[in-house]
Amino acid sequence: MIAAVALALLSIGCVVAAWRLPSARWTWRAPRTAILLWQSIGLTWGLASTGALLAYALQPYGQGVIYGLHSHLSSVLSLGPDSNLTYDLSRTIALVAGLALLAVLIGVLLAALWQTLRARQRHRELLALVAREDPHVPGVRILDHPGATAYCVPGLRSEVVVSAGALRLLSRDELAAVLAHEDAHVRERHDLVLLPFAALRRAIPWARVVREAQSSVALLVEMAADDRARRHCSPRRLATALLRFGAAGSLPAPQGALGAGGDVMARVNRLISPAAELPRLFRYGVVALSALLTASAPLLWAMPH
Amino acid sequence: MDILWGQGTPLTAREVGKLISDRDLAPTTVMTVLDRLTRKGFLTRTRDGRAWRYQPVRSRDAYVAELMLEALDLTGDRTAALTRFAQAVSDDEAAVLRRALMELEEE
Repeated sequence: MIAAVALALLSIGCVVAAWRLPSARWTWRAPRTAILLWQSIGLTWGLASTGALLAYALQPYGQGVIYGLHSHLSSVLSLGPDSNLTYDLSRTIALVAGLALLAVLIGVLLAALWQTLRARQRHRELLALVAREDPHVPGVRILDHPGATAYCVPGLRSEVVVSAGALRLLSRDELAAVLAHEDAHVRERHDLVLLPFAALRRAIPWARVVREAQSSVALLVEMAADDRARRHCSPRRLATALLRFGAAGSLPAPQGALGAGGDVMARVNRLISPAAELPRLFRYGVVALSALLTASAPLLWAMPH
Repeated sequence: MDILWGQGTPLTAREVGKLISDRDLAPTTVMTVLDRLTRKGFLTRTRDGRAWRYQPVRSRDAYVAELMLEALDLTGDRTAALTRFAQAVSDDEAAVLRRALMELEEE
């Protein structure tokens, strides 16, 4: 019973953390550390929620979740359906719910991965048809459209795309800053960081916690890319580029999506007047906490009681 | 693709090959490319005697527009397919950003 209770508490703890963390401002001073914490919270929540249900269901075996599942499976297979009779109803429900939740979480991730890969494939094919190259900006694909946009199609061969409108909008230094930012996304594979959070948000769009978690992580990823870009370019130019994009944009924000204006200002302020770095001890503390969280759920899965 | 878009009328593989003047391409290469584009749904073809006539399904601008919609995240489905430099903002927010930009440039 201890493992089931501990996993349930851990799951609740993760939800509380995910609810509080978006309003924490220290995360902006160390985006990479904060992203690590977010990832461990997400992973632990999934494992703890499913683990709590399964640990309760498989408690009669007294072997923990992993070996319990194994024993249960082999007893069902060898004795047939009769073995379920010795099993009470609440534990059966917990078992079904736990396995279903696990399957849904994994399914949602795989579906998102598949959809994302397909969308990128289509995007790449279209780019190959209509984008052009420009000797002035090597290695960048240019889209002939008056709107201002710059983005990257991540993948093994990532492509950075800039629209003609963006080229007109930005000065040479600003363009270099934007490209450094996109390059940071490519190098650090930020798309992989975002994927599970975006998948969860699509799966349960009504959950506020999930929505806020996803937008916090998205903002932190942008900040991490800003931090990397500022090593290679003037942070001021990056800030003016950001503002220019926002000011020129004035497109109707997509329905159901909040405009990102507040986020843009937060990024600009960070670039113009950076806050002092977090104390090293605090950063290491957060990293240690993330490691502890990540390790806790698998350990409790294996714990025999 | 550019040639088919430029002509505006359905062309056969042989005609496309003639119009690609800058490179010496084998007719089979042109046919393979056209066939592949057809299978991906970018071209449609109609029988014309012994040859196929190829025609773009949609205009170049339509594809550019589709890419831009995705790039600006206006399609409504939030996949993490692309990582964008900046997201769409509302009108009010754009005004705030414009003011901030002016202040920065004055400094």
